[in-house]
Amino acid sequence: MLLSKLVRLSILPLIFTLFTSSAFSKEVNVYSYRQPFLIQPIFDAFTKESGIDVNVVFAKKGLSERLVREGKNSPADLVFTVDIGRLIDVVNKDLVQNVESSILSKNIPSQYRDPEGKWFGLTTRTRSIYVSKERANLADIQNYEDLSKPEWKGRICTRSGKHPYNLALIASMIAHHGEEKASEWLKGVKANLARKPQGNDRAQVKAIKEGVCDISLGNNYYYGKMLSNPDQIAWANAVHITFPNQKNRGTHVNISGMALTNSAPNKDNAIKLMEFLSEKLAQQMYSDQNFEYPVNPAVEPSTLLQSWGSFKSDHLPLSEVAKLRKQAAILVDQLGFDE
Amino acid sequence: MIIQPQEKPWFISSLVIALLISLPILAVLYLAFFPEENAWPHLINTVLPTYLKNTVILMAGVGLLTLAIGTGSAWLIVTYDFPGKRWLSWALLLPFSMPAYVIAYVYTDLLEYAGLIQTGLRSLFSWDSSQDYWFPEIRSMGGAILMMSLVLYPYIYMLARAAFLEQSISLYRIARSLGSSPLQFFYRVSLPIARPALAVGLALVLMETLNDFGTVDYFAVRTLTAGLYDTWLNMGNLGGAAQIAVLMVVVVMILISLERYSRRQQKQFNSRNPGAPIPTITLTGKYAYGASILAFIPVLFGFLIPFIILSYYAFNYFDISWSSKFVTYALNSFSLAGMAAIITLILGLILAYSKRMNKNKATRFFVGFASLGYAVPGAVLAIGIIIPFAAFDNFIDGIMRDYFQISTGLILSGTAFAIVFSYSVRFLAVASGSIESSLDKVTPNMDMASRSMGHSHLSTLIRVHLPIIRRGALTAMLVVFVDCLKELPATLILRPFNFETLATQVYQFASDELLEQSALSALVIVLVGIIPVILLDKSISKKRE
Repeated sequence: MLLSKLVRLSILPLIFTLFTSSAFSKEVNVYSYRQPFLIQPIFDAFTKESGIDVNVVFAKKGLSERLVREGKNSPADLVFTVDIGRLIDVVNKDLVQNVESSILSKNIPSQYRDPEGKWFGLTTRTRSIYVSKERANLADIQNYEDLSKPEWKGRICTRSGKHPYNLALIASMIAHHGEEKASEWLKGVKANLARKPQGNDRAQVKAIKEGVCDISLGNNYYYGKMLSNPDQIAWANAVHITFPNQKNRGTHVNISGMALTNSAPNKDNAIKLMEFLSEKLAQQMYSDQNFEYPVNPAVEPSTLLQSWGSFKSDHLPLSEVAKLRKQAAILVDQLGFDE
Repeated sequence: MIIQPQEKPWFISSLVIALLISLPILAVLYLAFFPEENAWPHLINTVLPTYLKNTVILMAGVGLLTLAIGTGSAWLIVTYDFPGKRWLSWALLLPFSMPAYVIAYVYTDLLEYAGLIQTGLRSLFSWDSSQDYWFPEIRSMGGAILMMSLVLYPYIYMLARAAFLEQSISLYRIARSLGSSPLQFFYRVSLPIARPALAVGLALVLMETLNDFGTVDYFAVRTLTAGLYDTWLNMGNLGGAAQIAVLMVVVVMILISLERYSRRQQKQFNSRNPGAPIPTITLTGKYAYGASILAFIPVLFGFLIPFIILSYYAFNYFDISWSSKFVTYALNSFSLAGMAAIITLILGLILAYSKRMNKNKATRFFVGFASLGYAVPGAVLAIGIIIPFAAFDNFIDGIMRDYFQISTGLILSGTAFAIVFSYSVRFLAVASGSIESSLDKVTPNMDMASRSMGHSHLSTLIRVHLPIIRRGALTAMLVVFVDCLKELPATLILRPFNFETLATQVYQFASDELLEQSALSALVIVLVGIIPVILLDKSISKKRE
């Protein structure tokens, strides 16, 4: 009968997966806020070199809560995040332990890791301003502060102000200028928006191509991704990528990073993976395949990234940015930025 | 409260099931009592009025539109004969296999400025830019209502069709002999009788609308769910987020009780079941084609167009999207959904049947409470599952360590079982609603007759009720199965390591803005979803002998 067939069809594979999930001994387990397909090639390289398998659970929310509840029995060794906010989040919830590794301290500059070794940056990404080649003058938009100038009225596109990348930028504005001035600035940006914040960073560049707006905010790696996608290359070709605030404090950067959990059942393997990721091969792969900037100063960014020019980045400690994230979110609500 | 001794096992088992299923909701309730801070002053002063307004408009819009499409098409299919009716009767179910966020993406791609339609119009009329013409913005409230209605109306269609099919011919003969036209029969007799089923369908639609995040987020329509995730993730206030979830559940409870209250004095049973079906009316000429076109419209926009576009992407990006693991993903999806569908059906049957047996308030309350999981956004419900599961695991581990010096680690957390459990919690409302509305129509005389002939309650359920409510039960299973295939947030958060389903595969790419690469997985969800639709539909619409 249909019912019994259904039962048989469903149970067999399930039993199979139940028993194969934890059968390996040489392994390291990762809770990742980042899509596995972006890091899989690097993990594969690690497995090939070390013989250690990397197991991944990916989700964009809820993993730190899972870690909290699983407590000392959690199978997770490492947490991977794509912005500083989530990284500090697991530190503040006391879910991670400090790592002392001369390799990590040597490869990762101190501004991109926790002084106590509770978190480490892996790559940096800039919050860039994309500028229309046709309808805007590069000289007019050199700083984030310029975004609030009245001359840009109806010409700016961005994704939601609540997105972690925008929240981090707003938090950095609060850190540099104080809440009052940052609020004025954000109000000015809001007044200049061509449309209600929507879509992702790529969609804003697409909107520039379509003439909806002339400048937009976006992370640098999207430029590389658009250039390597035949359907999107025309969008990328319609804009310049710029690195704001070069004549003063430098461009705002965020990091993707990692931390070792308290429970870590495979601690040694996990530290091996952490070290591997900070070394030349992995850092180069991040740069070549994902268009991010290596944190390791000994590793050159890919030639494509170099062709966009070198830049100075903001030295504001990232922990400061993470601390102000909530204040930034409140500001976005107060100004009705997303409405 | 008096419970007959032979009813005791039913009462107890329904209580246990209801309690188990309620655990995650209780966990969310528990979280709501311990917010990190009071989230409300900020919310009320800033975004809450807008979020509430948007939520109400969205729910009203989707509710009205799905009712119109679902009931209208079900009535056409049950009452009339017209060209294409046979395949339309199941094709109308197809949009249901389409995840709302996928259809939203596909239509945005088609209808936005750079999309095929607007580009075509521009070259046709030689317009230069968006300043030269007006075109509706798809990323809007209207767009969100339309997208969600297109994939949610099958809930109502399915239940309405089953309800219309179950109506007895004697009613129709009486109404006709008293001079009502088929149309009058529809809104004076059929519709009121089908109302409990329609209400169940509508409640499901509204709950799904309320907990959706993917679609509204993509269309930049900020609803209560947006406020919930914001409070949780950006303000670091999980307790505050749980309070918003509880608020949403309360809204749903009020809506459901209002509907129940308004028909508190109605009671209806089919006199003889199964009787002969109501005869269909054969339409001819322009009416026949009109009916075909009307019934085809939801299929065209809810399924065909997005299906073709997805196929196009899947074909173009096949090399990047295809891997040998794909079969595993499909099998994972299929087995999780199949297990959950069967478990949910059994649980739903036990709950509905014991509620029928003893209509005391306690049973009623617990059964109602257990079906609230559907109204809670998936990610929050997942946290509600992690809490009791991890507590149980750590408790057992503690005991084993203390007494036997061995660690059992996590037994339930991070297993496929946790996912199946989450599906059961989430979709029990779907199953029990559908079963209950079918069971309610079976006259108690049946129970009495069977019991007086010495059959136990279990035997009565299996031998008498199950055959009669087969349609409702199968419908319930079908809906749960497809819903599980599409479920995303709980699957993501609860799954074991390296465990991918089709839905997580879609999400992995879609969340990195690579929707073309996710098309293949989405297409397979849709295709796999079609199989049970066809299988079960045959059985549901089989003519009664």
